[in-house]
Amino acid sequence: MTLMEKIIKKPSTMYAQFERKPGADKENTHYCPGCGHGIIHKIIAEAMEELGIADRTVLISPVGCSVFAYYYFDCGNIQVAHGRAPAVATGVTRSNADNLLISYQGDGDLAAIGTAEIIHAANRGEKMTVFFVNNSIYGMTGGQMAPTTLIGQKTATTPFGRNALNEGNPMKIAEMISILDSPVYVARTSVHDIRHIMQTRKAVKKALQAQRDGKGFALVEILAPCPSGWKISPQQNAEWVEKNVLPVFALGEFKDEIAQRDGVSRARTTATQAELLAVLGLDSEEHVFSPRNEVFSRMGILSAGFGGQGIMMLGQMLSLLGMRHGLSVTWLPSYGPEMRGGTANCSVVLSRDPIGSPVVESPELLIAMNGPSLEKFLPRVAPGGLLLYNASIIEQAPVREGITIVGVPAAEMAREAGSERAANVVMLGVVAGWYDSFGPEAMQSVLADFFPKKDLLALNTRALDAGMAWGKKMRTGQ
Amino acid sequence: MASYVRIEPENCKGCGLCIAVCPTRQLSFSGKFNSHSYNHVQASNDNCKGCGFCYYTCPEPGAIEVYHDPAQGGQGGAQ
Repeated sequence: MTLMEKIIKKPSTMYAQFERKPGADKENTHYCPGCGHGIIHKIIAEAMEELGIADRTVLISPVGCSVFAYYYFDCGNIQVAHGRAPAVATGVTRSNADNLLISYQGDGDLAAIGTAEIIHAANRGEKMTVFFVNNSIYGMTGGQMAPTTLIGQKTATTPFGRNALNEGNPMKIAEMISILDSPVYVARTSVHDIRHIMQTRKAVKKALQAQRDGKGFALVEILAPCPSGWKISPQQNAEWVEKNVLPVFALGEFKDEIAQRDGVSRARTTATQAELLAVLGLDSEEHVFSPRNEVFSRMGILSAGFGGQGIMMLGQMLSLLGMRHGLSVTWLPSYGPEMRGGTANCSVVLSRDPIGSPVVESPELLIAMNGPSLEKFLPRVAPGGLLLYNASIIEQAPVREGITIVGVPAAEMAREAGSERAANVVMLGVVAGWYDSFGPEAMQSVLADFFPKKDLLALNTRALDAGMAWGKKMRTGQ
Repeated sequence: MASYVRIEPENCKGCGLCIAVCPTRQLSFSGKFNSHSYNHVQASNDNCKGCGFCYYTCPEPGAIEVYHDPAQGGQGGAQ
């Protein structure tokens, strides 16, 4: 008989150990005792296991108590901004039609901040399955009113009970979604007792199966207990739901057109690799990077100054230059609220390998265009790195051991080229001249992209050439 | 071999939902507290039918495992 024995236990589609969860406890969820989320997680995981879809499923975690759903599900996971799960799921399903998308959302996430996203995703009939967990309260933030809070229900923000005239009526999402033409399956179930848990298992599996078969949008609203938010003990869950929730939120299948539908098949809307390279101007052989020195295997650059100096543009030009040479690049701006004045800096990474993080902690190259930036970032330059500072503004030469320091009369050189405002392009030229790693064609094409007007292009070409010649001379002259 | 339930005391949060759902009343609070300070549930396994109700009612993925012996009838997992 042992051979026939059936074991009911945690599905293989949930991690054996929740390694992503911080702290010592890697086996328990972060949910309160008696919470509905855990029950629903197990049901979804079981359905994923039975349908054999885990390896091509992407589960979108929302904001709310279930924000950490990615701790638990052994499938693709993305955690997204509040309410935006259906929008992100749309992006994933449109670009990867073979994936199955699960949008897991609570009532604050789906029915308040994310109302627009869910309505439109449903209306477009996106290929996704939405599990909408309705516990009629905001759990994570401490029990405030949700759109689904019941009339008369006391919450932190409705201390005298929800009043329809003040706060409106409980929002009936399943009914609302079901009247749209596109969705194929819309149901409301509950997990407050074992009979309804079993019904929820069926509905969850059916909704996922519909998507596996390419049918389109399905939504299962699941009524779930929140004993902490409701301020009751878990043993009172069932009674509370029977008495308060079920009279308002009717259970059942509001729409089931799975059998009648042929399914959704969309034309490919994303570009192929070759098309992307063509758009980026990387499709021709001449742009393939052939370094004359090894410095650009990976280089972190920090460009800093005050707003209005063209700091961001300098970073963008360096990034584009990297792209034209077939490098991976990132450009990360950081600036104050002021459009001019204030401080501005951007981090640029140029790399022959894919880039993990756009943050540059210790730059190999610091371009400091004013005093405060120099003061702030000088200690962070990597040992052996290069500091190019704007000697036109910074009169006191900086001192630091172990790095190369070069003062560039950027403003003077720019003025000679035609305008002081071209100091940033002079700096770009100095960088190019110093490292001697960029092809002249690529340099010219980058300038042409940024300065479409002829006179400005000519001026900036002069500034660039002057900077390059100067940079080369400084480098070789040392 | 009869059906039985295995409770992992460290993974139980003591909510008691399984105690209420068990048709044969074989689950109870142990009165002992695990390292997370929860009064965890224990199983006597007297007359366990292997129905799986406790597993499905439990919010924790790893707290309960049900071993269903088909000789006892029923389907196990309440399919």
